[in-house]
Amino acid sequence: MQWIKNLYFYKNNYMVFYQFGKYILLLKAVFRRPEKYSIYKNEIFREMVDIGLGSLGIISIISVFIGAVTTVQTAFQLTSDLIPKSIIGGITRDSTILELSPTICSLVLAGKIGSSIASQIGTMRVTEQIDALEIMGINAPGYLILPKLIAGIIMIPMLVIVAIFLSISGGYLAGSASGAVTAAEFIQGLTTDFIPFTVVVAMVKALVFAFIITTVSSFQGYYTDGGALEVGKSSTKAVVVSCIAILISDYIIAQLLL
Amino acid sequence: MIEVKDIFKKFGENEVLKGISADFKPGVTTLIIGGSGSGKTTLMKNMVGLHEPDGGMVTYDGRDFTSMNMEERISIRKEIGMLFQGSALFDSMTVERNIRFPLDMFTEQSRGEKLDRINFVLERVNLAGKNKLYPKELSGGMMKRVGIARAIAMNPKYLFCDEPNSGLDPKSAIIIDELIKEITAENNITTVVVTHDMNSVMGIGDHILFLHQGKKWWEGSNKEITATDNQELNDFVFATKLMETLLKK
Repeated sequence: MQWIKNLYFYKNNYMVFYQFGKYILLLKAVFRRPEKYSIYKNEIFREMVDIGLGSLGIISIISVFIGAVTTVQTAFQLTSDLIPKSIIGGITRDSTILELSPTICSLVLAGKIGSSIASQIGTMRVTEQIDALEIMGINAPGYLILPKLIAGIIMIPMLVIVAIFLSISGGYLAGSASGAVTAAEFIQGLTTDFIPFTVVVAMVKALVFAFIITTVSSFQGYYTDGGALEVGKSSTKAVVVSCIAILISDYIIAQLLL
Repeated sequence: MIEVKDIFKKFGENEVLKGISADFKPGVTTLIIGGSGSGKTTLMKNMVGLHEPDGGMVTYDGRDFTSMNMEERISIRKEIGMLFQGSALFDSMTVERNIRFPLDMFTEQSRGEKLDRINFVLERVNLAGKNKLYPKELSGGMMKRVGIARAIAMNPKYLFCDEPNSGLDPKSAIIIDELIKEITAENNITTVVVTHDMNSVMGIGDHILFLHQGKKWWEGSNKEITATDNQELNDFVFATKLMETLLKK
C-alpha cells in the first residue's frame, strides 16, 4: 500500500495541475473587492517605488552592455562586403526591442523582484502575519499581492522602455568606439525599415512577464510552510518557476504575434 | 457566546480533533490546555476559520460560522481579536501603525479619533509613549502587549490568545495573564486562551478544557483541577516538580 501513499503525496504536492489550480484560486482571491481603496493606493505607490526605482540601476547597467555586445557580435558575424554595415543598427534595434530588453530584463527582474516578493510574503506566512491579517477580516491575498501586481504591470513595461533606449545607446557607443560600425551607419540602420509593431510586441511581453513575476513569486511565498529554510526554498522556487514561465510565454507570444 | 459542536479535523491520515464540543461564555477566560500534539491550537484555528473542520460546527452567538461564505465570515472576524504565539506584529510598521491598521481598514474615524484609541489601548497594556518603536526594538513581553493592544483596538467581542506567555520570563507571563483576565472582565469579552502553562491555569483559568489525544478529556475550573482523579490530567498538572510540591503542600 506504500505506493498508494506515495501517489497521494505526489498528487498533493507536486502535480502541476494541482499547483496550477491552487494558483488560479489564489488569483481569484487577489481580485476580490478591496476593503479600502485608499490603503491599497498607498501600497501600490510604495510597491511602484520598490519595483521601479529599486530596479532601475541594475536594468540600466545590463541594458547598456546587452546593446554593446549585440552590436559587436553582430559586426563580427557580418564578414561579407555585400552586406552594408548599417544593417548592424537594424539588427541591434530589432533584437533589442523584440527579445533582449523584454526577456533578459524580465529574467533579471524575476531574480531581483521575484525572490524579494517570495521571501517577504513567505516570512509573513511563517511568522503568522498573514494569519493576523485574515483574523482581522482582511483579504490577505488581495492586500499583499494586488498592489505588487498592479505596481509590476505599470513599472516593468516602463523599465523595458528604458532598457530598449539604453541598449540601443549602448550599441551605438560600442559600435562607434570599436570601429565596427560608424555612427552614421548605425543611425541609418536604426531608422531604416522600422516596424512600430515590434514595440507593441515588446510591451505585450513586458505586461505578461510582469504578471508572471509578481503572481508566481507571490504564490510561492503565500504557500510557504515551515520556517526560515522553507522561506529560502520558496524564494529559489519563485525565481526558477518565473524564469521557466517567462521563457515559455515568450515563445507563445512570439508565435502568436509575429 | 461561542459554541463548538462535535468538531473533527484530520491532516492526511492523522486525526487531530475527534469530536470536541464546548461552550465559551462571555466575561469568562476559558483555557484550552493539553500536552503537545493534543490538538489545542488546531481547535482554536478551527474556531477562527484558519483551518476548516472536517465535521461539526462553530457558532458565534448563534451564527453558524462554519457554513458562512467569505464575506459573511469577514463580518464576524471584525468582532474577533487574536494574540498570536509569536505576536505576529507587522515588521515594517511601527507600534502605532500596527494598532492603527485595523482601524484604517474598517472604520471611518478621523486621524485624531484613531490616535486617541491607539493611545488608550497602549496605556491599557502599559506601553504608553511607545508609539514610534518598531517591533524589532521591543522585548518579547512588550511585543505580546502590543499584540494584545492591536487585538483589542477594534473592541472585539471575542478574544483568542495562542500561547500568550510562551517564551516569556515568569514575571512577564503573569503580567500578560493578568492583562488578559482584566480586559476580559472589563469588556465582557469571550476569551479563549490556548496554553500549557500551569501558572496561567492557576492564575486565570475561570474555565478549563483539557484535551488529550484529540478529545475533550476533562472540563472544570482551576479550583477543581487539582482535586480530580483523572490520571491523564494529573500527569499533565503534576508534570513539574514545582507544581507537585506546591500543590501537595
